[in-house]
Amino acid sequence: MPLIEAKNLSKSFGAIRAVHAVSFAVDRGEVVGFLGPNGAGKSTTMKMLTGHLRADEGAAVIAGFDVADQAVQAKQHLGYSPEGAPAYGEMTVREFLRFAADLRGLADPAESVRKTLELCRLNEVAAQTIDTLSKGYRMRVGFAQAVIHDPEVLILDEPTDGLDPNQKFEVRRILKEMAARKAVIVSTHILEEVGELCTRVIVIAKGEVRCDESRDKFLARGTDLNAVFRQLTA
Amino acid sequence: MSSSEKSPSPGLKPFTAMVRREFAGYFRTPLAYVFLAVFNAFAVSLAFFVGGLYESGIASLDRFFLYHPWLWAFLAPAAGARLWAEERRQGTIELLLTWPITVWQAALGKFLAAWLFLACALLMTVPVALTVGWLGDPDWGVIIAGYTGSLLCAGACLGIAAIASALTRSQVIAFVTGFLACFLLVLVGYGVFDELLAGLIGSAGVDEIRRLGLWRNLEPFTLGLVDVRPIAYFLSVAFAGLGLSTIIVERR
Repeated sequence: MPLIEAKNLSKSFGAIRAVHAVSFAVDRGEVVGFLGPNGAGKSTTMKMLTGHLRADEGAAVIAGFDVADQAVQAKQHLGYSPEGAPAYGEMTVREFLRFAADLRGLADPAESVRKTLELCRLNEVAAQTIDTLSKGYRMRVGFAQAVIHDPEVLILDEPTDGLDPNQKFEVRRILKEMAARKAVIVSTHILEEVGELCTRVIVIAKGEVRCDESRDKFLARGTDLNAVFRQLTA
Repeated sequence: MSSSEKSPSPGLKPFTAMVRREFAGYFRTPLAYVFLAVFNAFAVSLAFFVGGLYESGIASLDRFFLYHPWLWAFLAPAAGARLWAEERRQGTIELLLTWPITVWQAALGKFLAAWLFLACALLMTVPVALTVGWLGDPDWGVIIAGYTGSLLCAGACLGIAAIASALTRSQVIAFVTGFLACFLLVLVGYGVFDELLAGLIGSAGVDEIRRLGLWRNLEPFTLGLVDVRPIAYFLSVAFAGLGLSTIIVERR
């Protein structure tokens, strides 16, 4: 059974067709790079997969649970970091993660918070309010709340956006560490990330899937990935 | 941190976590203390300087509660403005709605926390009651009824504030619309406004509409009359507001 299933997902905002009949399935151990130009429908698709947006048509299934009909069960298996990694700015990192752990009803929330702080290297800022953090740390906090319950499914919307090369490396390192046990979708518009991080690539443009193939096949399309990307999304 | 550690049924834990965070959230900013100070200053000074509580020479708090609909109309929207508007502004609504808690649980948690905060503001006025008790010999049952009514009135205003907050990402807009809606309910039942209304729709209609006023429903409490109708009125406004705001957030 695939851990993530998008079945014919469609969504329109008024007259604008944001996502049209998107289908794919992601198994354990896969890290899918979700590529596409800005406004292609990446975030909208992710929002439907995570149950934040209701699909006009189609269904999203997480770990066997329909996100619309069995929302709470589906969400228990899901870790999601939205674009820009929003968080309650007035809380400290530790308070925020503790809240996330409590809200998820974790058996030992204090231990989960401790492990997650360590995993995401957040110990030194644990007592700082999130508003005072640099962008790199804030993105890591967003990532931390998504993995605190060690979910089977991880969906990250541009987790490396705006980070410096060292911070990007750090996020990729953590992701790789845990990827084997999970099904992961990472949206990005940094093409180099595909080779380093992903096992598979889905390119989306104008709300439709343009290409869905293994990383190696994608990389074999040409040496100039930017040109490949332009051609696929034209 | 493995999936197996997840307790099979989280039960009430997510809900109580929600209430705790929201309640503590008020005290994370100076706003809470400003709010409590303003509420108390107005509650006390309106009763003594405008209502003439001391000069009346009567050991009763009806002149104190008389101004509570005004206070709540202003301050419940102030406290309730952040309920959803702040989640939208910070983008955290996307987290909240993708965490394993239903919108209803989240909404109820937020609402109860805000109501509890208003209850704290009200509780801080107990010295007024004690003063009256020290100066005279009030009927404590009546005073307790008055406090109960005031708290219910706060809940009704908060219900309206919740709707206003669910509709926007701006706390200012949420506050202003919430205040205007509550203000309307304060006006209903005041003589001048009633006459104005009677000119428009006739006196029979006004009588019905007057039942919807905040003061009309709070007054019996301040006289020590705890009746089902005003209780039902306040609770239905509160829960209608809670329900409607939840539906707005769900449909978004």
